[in-house]
Amino acid sequence: MNRLFFNDVSLAYPARDRQGVPQLVLDRIKLSIATGEFVVVIGRSGSGKTSLLNLAAGFQEPTGGTVTLDDKPVEGPGAERAVVFQDDALYPWLDARDNVAFPLKLKGVGERERRARADELLDLVGLSAAGNRRIWELSGGMRQRVGIARALAAEPRFLLLDEPLGALDALTRGKMQTFLLGVWAKSRSGALLITHSIDEALMLATRIVVLSPNPGRLAADIASSFAADILAGASPSEVRASPAFKRMQDGLTGLIHADSPEEELAA
Amino acid sequence: MTLITDLTEVYNSDAKTSEPVRAPVRRRQVPIPLISLATVIGLLLIWAAAASAELVSPVFLPSPAVVAASLWNLVSVGFVDSTLPQHVLASLGRVLGGLAVAVLIGVPAGLAIGASRIGRGILDPIVEFLRPLPPLAYLPLIIIWSGIGEASKVIVIALSMLPSIVISTASGVRSVPKDHVNAARAFGATKRQVTFHVVLPSALPSILTGIRIALGTGWSTLVAAELVAATRGLGFMIQSAAQFLVTDVVIAGIAVIAVIAILLEIAARALERWLAPWASAK
Repeated sequence: MNRLFFNDVSLAYPARDRQGVPQLVLDRIKLSIATGEFVVVIGRSGSGKTSLLNLAAGFQEPTGGTVTLDDKPVEGPGAERAVVFQDDALYPWLDARDNVAFPLKLKGVGERERRARADELLDLVGLSAAGNRRIWELSGGMRQRVGIARALAAEPRFLLLDEPLGALDALTRGKMQTFLLGVWAKSRSGALLITHSIDEALMLATRIVVLSPNPGRLAADIASSFAADILAGASPSEVRASPAFKRMQDGLTGLIHADSPEEELAA
Repeated sequence: MTLITDLTEVYNSDAKTSEPVRAPVRRRQVPIPLISLATVIGLLLIWAAAASAELVSPVFLPSPAVVAASLWNLVSVGFVDSTLPQHVLASLGRVLGGLAVAVLIGVPAGLAIGASRIGRGILDPIVEFLRPLPPLAYLPLIIIWSGIGEASKVIVIALSMLPSIVISTASGVRSVPKDHVNAARAFGATKRQVTFHVVLPSALPSILTGIRIALGTGWSTLVAAELVAATRGLGFMIQSAAQFLVTDVVIAGIAVIAVIAILLEIAARALERWLAPWASAK
Protein backbone atom coordinates (compact mmCIF):
# COMPACT_ATOMS: atom_id res chain seq x y z
CA MET A 1 0.00 0.00 0.00
CA ASN A 2 1.21 3.47 -0.87
CA ARG A 3 0.42 6.67 0.94
CA LEU A 4 0.26 10.25 -0.27
CA PHE A 5 0.50 12.51 2.75
CA PHE A 6 -0.07 16.24 3.18
CA ASN A 7 1.75 17.14 6.38
CA ASP A 8 0.50 20.57 7.55
CA VAL A 9 0.73 21.89 4.03
CA SER A 10 0.29 25.61 3.47
CA LEU A 11 0.40 27.50 0.21
CA ALA A 12 0.67 31.26 -0.19
CA TYR A 13 0.99 33.37 -3.29
CA PRO A 14 3.36 36.34 -3.11
CA ALA A 15 1.78 39.75 -2.49
CA ARG A 16 0.73 41.67 -5.57
CA ASP A 17 2.61 44.80 -4.50
CA ARG A 18 5.32 45.58 -1.98
CA GLN A 19 3.03 46.76 0.81
CA GLY A 20 0.57 43.90 0.36
CA VAL A 21 0.49 40.73 2.42
CA PRO A 22 1.03 37.31 0.81
CA GLN A 23 -2.26 35.68 -0.09
CA LEU A 24 -2.80 32.45 1.84
CA VAL A 25 -4.55 29.84 -0.29
CA LEU A 26 -4.21 26.71 1.82
CA ASP A 27 -3.76 26.75 5.58
CA ARG A 28 -2.09 23.79 7.31
CA ILE A 29 -3.81 20.94 5.49
CA LYS A 30 -3.26 17.52 7.01
CA LEU A 31 -4.55 14.83 4.71
CA SER A 32 -3.58 11.30 3.86
CA ILE A 33 -4.61 9.25 0.83
CA ALA A 34 -3.82 5.57 0.52
CA THR A 35 -4.04 3.35 -2.53
CA GLY A 36 -7.47 1.76 -2.63
CA GLU A 37 -9.09 4.96 -1.39
CA PHE A 38 -11.15 7.35 -3.49
CA VAL A 39 -10.88 10.74 -1.84
CA VAL A 40 -13.09 13.50 -3.19
CA VAL A 41 -12.21 17.07 -2.28
CA ILE A 42 -15.14 19.42 -2.36
CA GLY A 43 -15.50 23.08 -1.51
CA ARG A 44 -16.62 26.43 -2.83
CA SER A 45 -14.54 28.46 -5.23
CA GLY A 46 -11.57 29.98 -3.46
CA SER A 47 -11.14 27.02 -1.15
CA GLY A 48 -7.90 26.02 -2.88
CA LYS A 49 -9.12 22.66 -4.22
CA THR A 50 -7.15 22.88 -7.43
CA SER A 51 -4.07 24.15 -5.58
CA LEU A 52 -4.27 21.06 -3.40
CA LEU A 53 -4.24 18.86 -6.49
CA ASN A 54 -1.39 20.85 -8.05
CA LEU A 55 0.63 20.27 -4.88
CA ALA A 56 -0.08 16.55 -5.01
CA ALA A 57 0.91 16.46 -8.68
CA GLY A 58 4.09 18.43 -7.96
CA PHE A 59 3.19 21.31 -10.30
CA GLN A 60 3.51 23.65 -7.32
CA GLU A 61 5.60 23.54 -4.17
CA PRO A 62 4.09 24.16 -0.76
CA THR A 63 5.22 27.28 1.10
CA GLY A 64 4.82 25.43 4.40
CA GLY A 65 4.78 21.76 5.42
CA THR A 66 5.58 18.88 3.10
CA VAL A 67 3.84 16.59 0.65
CA THR A 68 5.25 13.09 0.88
CA LEU A 69 4.76 9.89 -1.04
CA ASP A 70 5.61 6.90 1.13
CA ASP A 71 7.58 9.20 3.45
CA LYS A 72 9.67 10.60 0.61
CA PRO A 73 9.07 14.28 -0.17
CA VAL A 74 7.40 14.95 -3.53
CA GLU A 75 9.80 16.85 -5.75
CA GLY A 76 8.05 17.85 -8.94
CA PRO A 77 5.70 15.80 -11.10
CA GLY A 78 6.20 12.07 -11.52
CA ALA A 79 4.70 9.16 -13.37
CA GLU A 80 3.44 7.50 -10.17
CA ARG A 81 0.93 10.38 -9.81
CA ALA A 82 -0.98 10.68 -13.09
CA VAL A 83 -3.22 13.67 -13.68
CA VAL A 84 -6.53 13.91 -15.54
CA PHE A 85 -7.36 17.49 -16.46
CA GLN A 86 -10.67 19.32 -16.65
CA ASP A 87 -10.33 20.14 -20.33
CA ASP A 88 -8.76 16.80 -21.22
CA ALA A 89 -5.30 18.20 -22.26
CA LEU A 90 -5.09 15.59 -25.00
CA TYR A 91 -2.70 16.25 -27.86
CA PRO A 92 -4.57 17.04 -31.09
CA TRP A 93 -1.62 16.05 -33.29
CA LEU A 94 -1.86 12.47 -32.04
CA ASP A 95 -4.77 10.11 -32.62
CA ALA A 96 -6.59 8.54 -29.67
CA ARG A 97 -4.27 5.53 -29.51
CA ASP A 98 -1.07 7.57 -29.61
CA ASN A 99 -2.46 9.84 -26.91
CA VAL A 100 -3.02 6.85 -24.65
CA ALA A 101 0.42 5.49 -25.55
CA PHE A 102 2.11 8.85 -24.84
CA PRO A 103 3.33 8.04 -21.29
CA LEU A 104 4.76 4.76 -22.62
CA LYS A 105 6.53 6.60 -25.41
CA LEU A 106 8.15 8.88 -22.84
CA LYS A 107 9.38 5.79 -21.01
CA GLY A 108 10.89 4.46 -24.22
CA VAL A 109 8.57 1.46 -24.64
CA GLY A 110 8.77 0.00 -28.16
CA GLU A 111 6.20 0.86 -30.83
CA ARG A 112 4.58 -2.56 -30.91
CA GLU A 113 4.17 -2.99 -27.18
CA ARG A 114 2.94 0.60 -26.95
CA ARG A 115 0.17 -0.02 -29.46
CA ALA A 116 -0.88 -3.26 -27.82
CA ARG A 117 -1.01 -1.69 -24.36
CA ALA A 118 -2.88 1.38 -25.67
CA ASP A 119 -5.46 -0.83 -27.38
CA GLU A 120 -5.97 -2.74 -24.13
CA LEU A 121 -6.58 0.49 -22.26
CA LEU A 122 -8.92 1.84 -24.94
CA ASP A 123 -10.80 -1.40 -24.60
CA LEU A 124 -10.98 -0.91 -20.84
CA VAL A 125 -12.54 2.53 -21.24
CA GLY A 126 -14.97 1.25 -23.86
CA LEU A 127 -13.36 2.91 -26.87
CA SER A 128 -11.82 -0.08 -28.62
CA ALA A 129 -13.00 1.16 -32.02
CA ALA A 130 -11.77 4.72 -31.61
CA GLY A 131 -7.98 4.12 -31.69
CA ASN A 132 -7.45 5.78 -35.06
CA ARG A 133 -9.86 8.64 -34.49
CA ARG A 134 -8.61 12.19 -34.30
CA ILE A 135 -9.05 13.84 -30.92
CA TRP A 136 -11.20 16.68 -32.24
CA GLU A 137 -13.62 14.17 -33.74
CA LEU A 138 -14.45 12.76 -30.30
CA SER A 139 -17.22 13.95 -27.99
CA GLY A 140 -16.42 15.47 -24.58
CA GLY A 141 -17.20 12.23 -22.76
CA MET A 142 -15.07 10.18 -25.12
CA ARG A 143 -12.18 12.60 -24.73
CA GLN A 144 -12.29 12.27 -20.96
CA ARG A 145 -12.23 8.49 -21.36
CA VAL A 146 -9.13 8.81 -23.53
CA GLY A 147 -7.64 11.12 -20.90
CA ILE A 148 -8.31 8.56 -18.19
CA ALA A 149 -6.88 5.76 -20.33
CA ARG A 150 -3.78 7.88 -20.88
CA ALA A 151 -3.41 8.44 -17.14
CA LEU A 152 -3.75 4.70 -16.54
CA ALA A 153 -1.08 3.97 -19.16
CA ALA A 154 1.48 5.47 -16.81
CA GLU A 155 0.49 2.76 -14.29
CA PRO A 156 0.22 5.32 -11.54
CA ARG A 157 -0.22 4.56 -7.88
CA PHE A 158 -2.38 7.67 -7.59
CA LEU A 159 -4.87 9.18 -10.01
CA LEU A 160 -5.26 12.91 -9.57
CA LEU A 161 -8.45 14.15 -11.21
CA ASP A 162 -9.11 17.88 -11.50
CA GLU A 163 -12.86 18.25 -12.11
CA PRO A 164 -12.59 15.73 -14.94
CA LEU A 165 -16.35 15.64 -15.51
CA GLY A 166 -16.98 19.34 -14.99
CA ALA A 167 -17.36 20.21 -18.67
CA LEU A 168 -19.78 17.39 -19.50
CA ASP A 169 -23.56 17.57 -19.81
CA ALA A 170 -25.59 16.12 -16.92
CA LEU A 171 -26.51 12.86 -18.65
CA THR A 172 -22.98 12.04 -19.79
CA ARG A 173 -21.67 13.11 -16.41
CA GLY A 174 -23.84 10.58 -14.58
CA LYS A 175 -22.69 7.77 -16.87
CA MET A 176 -19.06 8.81 -16.57
CA GLN A 177 -19.25 8.72 -12.76
CA THR A 178 -20.20 5.06 -12.76
CA PHE A 179 -17.59 4.40 -15.43
CA LEU A 180 -14.87 6.21 -13.48
CA LEU A 181 -15.72 4.25 -10.35
CA GLY A 182 -15.36 0.97 -12.25
CA VAL A 183 -12.05 1.96 -13.80
CA TRP A 184 -10.64 3.08 -10.46
CA ALA A 185 -11.70 -0.17 -8.76
CA LYS A 186 -9.94 -2.19 -11.46
CA SER A 187 -6.78 -0.09 -11.35
CA ARG A 188 -6.33 -0.57 -7.56
CA SER A 189 -4.82 2.88 -7.34
CA GLY A 190 -5.61 5.73 -5.01
CA ALA A 191 -7.73 8.54 -6.39
CA LEU A 192 -7.92 12.22 -5.50
CA LEU A 193 -10.77 13.95 -7.28
CA ILE A 194 -11.67 17.62 -7.15
CA THR A 195 -15.27 18.60 -7.73
CA HIS A 196 -17.92 21.25 -7.20
CA SER A 197 -20.73 18.74 -7.14
CA ILE A 198 -21.95 17.25 -3.86
CA ASP A 199 -23.81 14.58 -5.77
CA GLU A 200 -20.62 13.56 -7.58
CA ALA A 201 -18.68 13.46 -4.33
CA LEU A 202 -21.24 11.11 -2.76
CA MET A 203 -21.37 8.87 -5.83
CA LEU A 204 -17.60 8.40 -6.12
CA ALA A 205 -15.94 8.85 -2.77
CA THR A 206 -14.85 6.43 -0.13
CA ARG A 207 -13.90 9.59 1.78
CA ILE A 208 -15.15 13.12 1.30
CA VAL A 209 -12.93 16.01 2.30
CA VAL A 210 -14.61 19.40 2.67
CA LEU A 211 -12.48 22.54 2.33
CA SER A 212 -13.70 25.87 3.65
CA PRO A 213 -12.61 28.93 1.69
CA ASN A 214 -10.39 31.97 2.29
CA PRO A 215 -7.95 30.49 3.12
CA GLY A 216 -8.57 26.83 2.31
CA ARG A 217 -8.88 24.88 5.57
CA LEU A 218 -9.85 21.32 6.22
CA ALA A 219 -13.47 21.56 7.42
CA ALA A 220 -14.44 17.89 7.44
CA ASP A 221 -13.20 14.44 6.50
CA ILE A 222 -16.12 12.04 6.17
CA ALA A 223 -16.26 8.37 5.17
CA SER A 224 -18.86 7.57 2.52
CA SER A 225 -20.17 4.15 1.49
CA PHE A 226 -22.36 4.87 -1.54
CA ALA A 227 -19.55 4.20 -3.99
CA ALA A 228 -19.07 0.77 -2.43
CA ASP A 229 -22.81 0.12 -2.82
CA ILE A 230 -22.65 1.00 -6.50
CA LEU A 231 -19.57 -1.16 -7.03
CA ALA A 232 -21.45 -4.00 -5.29
CA GLY A 233 -24.17 -3.69 -7.89
CA ALA A 234 -26.70 -1.16 -6.61
CA SER A 235 -28.10 1.10 -9.31
CA PRO A 236 -27.02 4.76 -9.12
CA SER A 237 -30.61 6.02 -9.25
CA GLU A 238 -31.61 3.79 -6.30
CA VAL A 239 -28.63 5.00 -4.32
CA ARG A 240 -29.52 8.60 -5.07
CA ALA A 241 -33.11 8.03 -3.97
CA SER A 242 -32.17 6.48 -0.63
CA PRO A 243 -32.86 8.51 2.56
CA ALA A 244 -29.25 8.07 3.69
CA PHE A 245 -28.03 9.73 0.49
CA LYS A 246 -30.43 12.65 0.96
CA ARG A 247 -29.31 13.06 4.56
CA MET A 248 -25.64 13.12 3.59
CA GLN A 249 -26.39 15.54 0.79
CA ASP A 250 -28.13 17.95 3.16
CA GLY A 251 -25.38 17.60 5.71
CA LEU A 252 -22.67 18.35 3.15
CA THR A 253 -24.61 21.29 1.73
CA GLY A 254 -24.79 22.72 5.24
CA LEU A 255 -21.06 22.19 5.79
CA ILE A 256 -20.01 23.74 2.51
CA HIS A 257 -22.26 26.76 2.74
CA ALA A 258 -21.95 27.12 6.52
CA ASP A 259 -20.24 30.47 6.62
CA SER A 260 -21.04 31.77 3.18
CA PRO A 261 -22.45 35.28 2.97
CA GLU A 262 -25.93 35.79 1.51
CA GLU A 263 -24.89 37.35 -1.78
CA GLU A 264 -22.68 34.39 -2.61
CA LEU A 265 -25.54 31.97 -2.06
CA ALA A 266 -27.71 33.99 -4.35
CA ALA A 267 -25.10 33.98 -7.08
CA MET B 1 -51.32 18.09 -13.78
CA THR B 2 -50.09 21.55 -14.60
CA LEU B 3 -47.18 20.01 -16.41
CA ILE B 4 -49.49 18.09 -18.71
CA THR B 5 -51.69 21.10 -19.49
CA ASP B 6 -48.55 23.13 -20.12
CA LEU B 7 -47.31 20.52 -22.50
CA THR B 8 -50.56 20.43 -24.49
CA GLU B 9 -50.43 24.18 -24.71
CA VAL B 10 -46.95 23.94 -26.09
CA TYR B 11 -48.11 21.43 -28.65
CA ASN B 12 -51.08 23.61 -29.56
CA SER B 13 -49.01 26.70 -30.03
CA ASP B 14 -46.74 24.58 -32.15
CA ALA B 15 -49.69 23.58 -34.29
CA LYS B 16 -50.67 27.22 -34.70
CA THR B 17 -47.34 28.21 -36.13
CA SER B 18 -47.36 25.30 -38.54
CA GLU B 19 -50.12 26.99 -40.58
CA PRO B 20 -49.02 27.49 -44.16
CA VAL B 21 -46.43 30.22 -43.96
CA ARG B 22 -45.26 32.08 -46.99
CA ALA B 23 -42.01 30.44 -47.97
CA PRO B 24 -39.19 32.95 -47.52
CA VAL B 25 -37.97 34.08 -50.89
CA ARG B 26 -34.27 33.67 -51.29
CA ARG B 27 -32.87 36.64 -53.14
CA ARG B 28 -30.56 35.49 -55.85
CA GLN B 29 -27.13 36.89 -55.26
CA VAL B 30 -24.26 36.95 -57.70
CA PRO B 31 -21.40 34.90 -56.20
CA ILE B 32 -18.33 36.94 -55.31
CA PRO B 33 -15.89 34.85 -57.43
CA LEU B 34 -18.04 35.65 -60.45
CA ILE B 35 -17.79 39.38 -59.70
CA SER B 36 -14.01 39.03 -59.37
CA LEU B 37 -13.78 37.11 -62.64
CA ALA B 38 -15.85 39.78 -64.40
CA THR B 39 -13.48 42.44 -63.02
CA VAL B 40 -10.42 40.64 -64.38
CA ILE B 41 -12.02 40.15 -67.79
CA GLY B 42 -13.14 43.80 -67.78
CA LEU B 43 -9.61 45.01 -67.03
CA LEU B 44 -8.19 42.80 -69.78
CA LEU B 45 -10.78 44.18 -72.22
CA ILE B 46 -9.92 47.79 -71.30
CA TRP B 47 -6.24 46.95 -71.75
CA ALA B 48 -6.93 45.33 -75.15
CA ALA B 49 -9.08 48.28 -76.24
CA ALA B 50 -6.46 50.83 -75.14
CA ALA B 51 -3.73 48.88 -76.97
CA SER B 52 -5.68 48.42 -80.21
CA ALA B 53 -6.70 52.11 -80.23
CA GLU B 54 -2.97 52.85 -79.79
CA LEU B 55 -3.67 55.45 -77.09
CA VAL B 56 -0.03 54.96 -76.14
CA SER B 57 2.77 53.60 -78.25
CA PRO B 58 2.86 49.73 -78.44
CA VAL B 59 6.42 49.99 -77.17
CA PHE B 60 5.02 51.10 -73.81
CA LEU B 61 1.79 49.14 -73.85
CA PRO B 62 1.77 45.99 -76.01
CA SER B 63 -1.64 44.31 -76.47
CA PRO B 64 -2.63 41.29 -74.33
CA ALA B 65 -2.26 39.07 -77.40
CA VAL B 66 1.34 40.21 -77.93
CA VAL B 67 2.11 39.57 -74.25
CA ALA B 68 0.56 36.10 -74.48
CA ALA B 69 2.62 35.36 -77.58
CA SER B 70 5.80 36.53 -75.92
CA LEU B 71 4.96 34.39 -72.89
CA TRP B 72 4.82 31.35 -75.16
CA ASN B 73 8.02 32.51 -76.79
CA LEU B 74 9.62 32.74 -73.34
CA VAL B 75 8.68 29.16 -72.61
CA SER B 76 9.83 27.71 -75.92
CA VAL B 77 12.79 29.88 -76.92
CA GLY B 78 13.68 31.84 -73.79
CA PHE B 79 15.18 35.22 -73.07
CA VAL B 80 18.72 36.24 -72.13
CA ASP B 81 20.16 32.72 -72.51
CA SER B 82 17.51 30.91 -70.45
CA THR B 83 13.97 29.70 -70.98
CA LEU B 84 11.16 30.76 -68.68
CA PRO B 85 11.16 27.45 -66.75
CA GLN B 86 14.88 27.92 -66.12
CA HIS B 87 14.32 31.46 -64.83
CA VAL B 88 11.47 30.23 -62.64
CA LEU B 89 13.53 27.33 -61.28
CA ALA B 90 16.44 29.65 -60.50
CA SER B 91 14.14 31.96 -58.57
CA LEU B 92 12.25 29.19 -56.78
CA GLY B 93 15.51 27.49 -55.84
CA ARG B 94 16.73 30.68 -54.15
CA VAL B 95 13.48 31.19 -52.26
CA LEU B 96 13.32 27.60 -51.05
CA GLY B 97 17.02 27.67 -50.15
CA GLY B 98 16.43 30.88 -48.20
CA LEU B 99 13.40 29.31 -46.52
CA ALA B 100 15.41 26.26 -45.47
CA VAL B 101 18.08 28.47 -43.89
CA ALA B 102 15.47 30.69 -42.25
CA VAL B 103 13.60 27.71 -40.76
CA LEU B 104 16.81 26.09 -39.49
CA ILE B 105 17.79 29.30 -37.70
CA GLY B 106 14.40 30.84 -37.01
CA VAL B 107 12.58 27.95 -35.33
CA PRO B 108 15.27 27.32 -32.67
CA ALA B 109 15.56 31.08 -32.16
CA GLY B 110 11.80 31.42 -31.74
CA LEU B 111 11.84 28.48 -29.34
CA ALA B 112 14.53 30.21 -27.28
CA ILE B 113 12.58 33.49 -27.22
CA GLY B 114 9.30 31.79 -26.33
CA ALA B 115 10.66 29.40 -23.73
CA SER B 116 13.38 31.28 -21.88
CA ARG B 117 13.72 34.78 -20.47
CA ILE B 118 17.43 34.88 -21.20
CA GLY B 119 16.86 33.74 -24.78
CA ARG B 120 14.29 36.46 -25.17
CA GLY B 121 16.63 39.07 -23.73
CA ILE B 122 19.41 38.09 -26.12
CA LEU B 123 17.45 37.61 -29.32
CA ASP B 124 14.66 40.19 -29.05
CA PRO B 125 16.81 43.21 -29.93
CA ILE B 126 18.32 41.38 -32.92
CA VAL B 127 14.91 40.42 -34.30
CA GLU B 128 13.48 43.87 -33.62
CA PHE B 129 16.47 45.43 -35.42
CA LEU B 130 16.04 43.19 -38.44
CA ARG B 131 12.24 43.23 -38.67
CA PRO B 132 11.57 46.80 -39.84
CA LEU B 133 14.59 46.92 -42.18
CA PRO B 134 13.80 46.75 -45.91
CA PRO B 135 15.92 43.85 -47.23
CA LEU B 136 17.25 46.01 -50.06
CA ALA B 137 18.85 48.24 -47.44
CA TYR B 138 21.23 45.49 -46.35
CA LEU B 139 21.61 43.84 -49.76
CA PRO B 140 24.65 46.01 -50.70
CA LEU B 141 26.37 45.05 -47.46
CA ILE B 142 25.69 41.36 -48.06
CA ILE B 143 27.11 41.70 -51.59
CA ILE B 144 30.26 43.33 -50.17
CA TRP B 145 30.63 40.45 -47.70
CA SER B 146 29.72 37.47 -49.83
CA GLY B 147 29.98 38.57 -53.45
CA ILE B 148 27.34 38.56 -56.15
CA GLY B 149 26.96 34.77 -56.31
CA GLU B 150 24.07 32.63 -55.15
CA ALA B 151 25.12 32.92 -51.50
CA SER B 152 24.34 36.62 -51.23
CA LYS B 153 20.84 36.17 -52.64
CA VAL B 154 20.04 33.21 -50.39
CA ILE B 155 21.36 35.14 -47.38
CA VAL B 156 19.25 38.21 -48.15
CA ILE B 157 16.13 36.11 -48.68
CA ALA B 158 16.76 34.14 -45.48
CA LEU B 159 17.27 37.38 -43.53
CA SER B 160 14.04 38.82 -44.89
CA MET B 161 12.18 35.65 -43.89
CA LEU B 162 13.73 35.28 -40.43
CA PRO B 163 11.69 37.79 -38.42
CA SER B 164 8.28 36.38 -39.31
CA ILE B 165 9.40 32.80 -38.63
CA VAL B 166 11.07 33.73 -35.33
CA ILE B 167 8.12 35.81 -34.13
CA SER B 168 5.45 33.28 -35.09
CA THR B 169 7.42 30.41 -33.54
CA ALA B 170 7.87 32.38 -30.33
CA SER B 171 4.17 33.23 -30.14
CA GLY B 172 3.27 29.60 -30.86
CA VAL B 173 5.58 28.47 -28.05
CA ARG B 174 4.15 31.02 -25.64
CA SER B 175 0.58 29.92 -26.34
CA VAL B 176 1.16 26.22 -25.66
CA PRO B 177 -1.62 25.29 -23.20
CA LYS B 178 -0.19 24.93 -19.69
CA ASP B 179 -2.11 21.69 -19.17
CA HIS B 180 -0.42 20.17 -22.23
CA VAL B 181 2.99 20.76 -20.68
CA ASN B 182 1.86 19.74 -17.20
CA ALA B 183 0.34 16.52 -18.51
CA ALA B 184 3.65 15.51 -20.07
CA ARG B 185 5.54 16.46 -16.90
CA ALA B 186 3.14 14.38 -14.83
CA PHE B 187 3.97 11.40 -17.04
CA GLY B 188 7.63 11.90 -16.24
CA ALA B 189 8.76 13.76 -19.37
CA THR B 190 12.19 15.35 -19.34
CA LYS B 191 12.63 18.97 -20.48
CA ARG B 192 13.88 17.73 -23.83
CA GLN B 193 10.88 15.42 -24.24
CA VAL B 194 8.50 18.25 -23.38
CA THR B 195 10.14 20.41 -26.04
CA PHE B 196 10.05 17.83 -28.81
CA HIS B 197 6.83 15.98 -27.99
CA VAL B 198 4.67 18.83 -26.75
CA VAL B 199 5.96 22.36 -27.35
CA LEU B 200 7.06 22.00 -30.97
CA PRO B 201 4.00 20.09 -32.23
CA SER B 202 1.75 22.49 -30.35
CA ALA B 203 3.50 25.47 -31.94
CA LEU B 204 3.45 23.88 -35.40
CA PRO B 205 0.31 25.64 -36.72
CA SER B 206 1.80 28.98 -35.71
CA ILE B 207 5.18 28.08 -37.27
CA LEU B 208 3.46 27.13 -40.52
CA THR B 209 1.60 30.45 -40.59
CA GLY B 210 4.96 32.14 -40.12
CA ILE B 211 6.37 30.15 -43.05
CA ARG B 212 3.45 31.20 -45.23
CA ILE B 213 4.01 34.87 -44.43
CA ALA B 214 7.77 34.39 -44.89
CA LEU B 215 7.26 32.91 -48.35
CA GLY B 216 5.41 36.08 -49.34
CA THR B 217 8.18 38.39 -48.08
CA GLY B 218 10.89 36.09 -49.45
CA TRP B 219 9.37 36.09 -52.91
CA SER B 220 9.16 39.87 -53.13
CA THR B 221 12.69 40.24 -51.73
CA LEU B 222 14.00 37.72 -54.22
CA VAL B 223 12.71 39.53 -57.29
CA ALA B 224 14.18 42.77 -55.97
CA ALA B 225 17.52 41.06 -55.21
CA GLU B 226 17.65 39.60 -58.71
CA LEU B 227 17.12 43.05 -60.20
CA VAL B 228 20.47 44.03 -58.70
CA ALA B 229 22.74 41.09 -59.25
CA ALA B 230 21.97 37.87 -61.08
CA THR B 231 22.47 36.06 -64.37
CA ARG B 232 19.26 34.08 -64.24
CA GLY B 233 15.89 34.39 -62.50
CA LEU B 234 12.60 36.20 -63.00
CA GLY B 235 13.79 39.53 -61.57
CA PHE B 236 16.86 39.43 -63.75
CA MET B 237 14.72 38.58 -66.80
CA ILE B 238 12.47 41.59 -66.27
CA GLN B 239 15.39 43.88 -65.60
CA SER B 240 17.18 42.82 -68.82
CA ALA B 241 13.98 43.12 -70.84
CA ALA B 242 13.40 46.62 -69.48
CA GLN B 243 16.90 47.68 -70.50
CA PHE B 244 16.12 46.68 -74.10
CA LEU B 245 12.59 48.13 -73.85
CA VAL B 246 11.02 44.69 -74.52
CA THR B 247 7.85 45.68 -72.69
CA ASP B 248 5.90 42.53 -73.54
CA VAL B 249 8.49 40.37 -71.72
CA VAL B 250 8.38 42.74 -68.75
CA ILE B 251 4.61 42.42 -68.49
CA ALA B 252 4.70 38.66 -69.08
CA GLY B 253 7.37 38.37 -66.35
CA ILE B 254 5.26 40.37 -63.90
CA ALA B 255 2.30 38.08 -64.59
CA VAL B 256 4.43 34.98 -63.97
CA ILE B 257 5.75 36.43 -60.69
CA ALA B 258 2.20 37.12 -59.54
CA VAL B 259 0.94 33.67 -60.49
CA ILE B 260 3.84 31.96 -58.69
CA ALA B 261 3.22 34.08 -55.59
CA ILE B 262 -0.40 32.91 -55.59
CA LEU B 263 0.67 29.29 -56.11
CA LEU B 264 3.14 29.54 -53.22
CA GLU B 265 0.36 30.83 -50.98
CA ILE B 266 -1.92 27.96 -52.02
CA ALA B 267 0.86 25.42 -51.47
CA ALA B 268 1.60 26.85 -48.02
CA ARG B 269 -2.08 26.65 -47.04
CA ALA B 270 -2.25 23.05 -48.28
CA LEU B 271 0.83 22.29 -46.17
CA GLU B 272 -0.89 23.77 -43.11
CA ARG B 273 -3.99 21.66 -43.66
CA TRP B 274 -1.88 18.57 -44.17
CA LEU B 275 0.55 18.96 -41.26
CA ALA B 276 -1.72 20.67 -38.72
CA PRO B 277 -5.29 19.67 -39.53
CA TRP B 278 -6.41 20.25 -35.93
CA ALA B 279 -5.76 23.99 -36.18
CA SER B 280 -8.46 24.42 -38.79
CA ALA B 281 -10.73 21.69 -37.38
CA LYS B 282 -11.39 23.49 -34.10
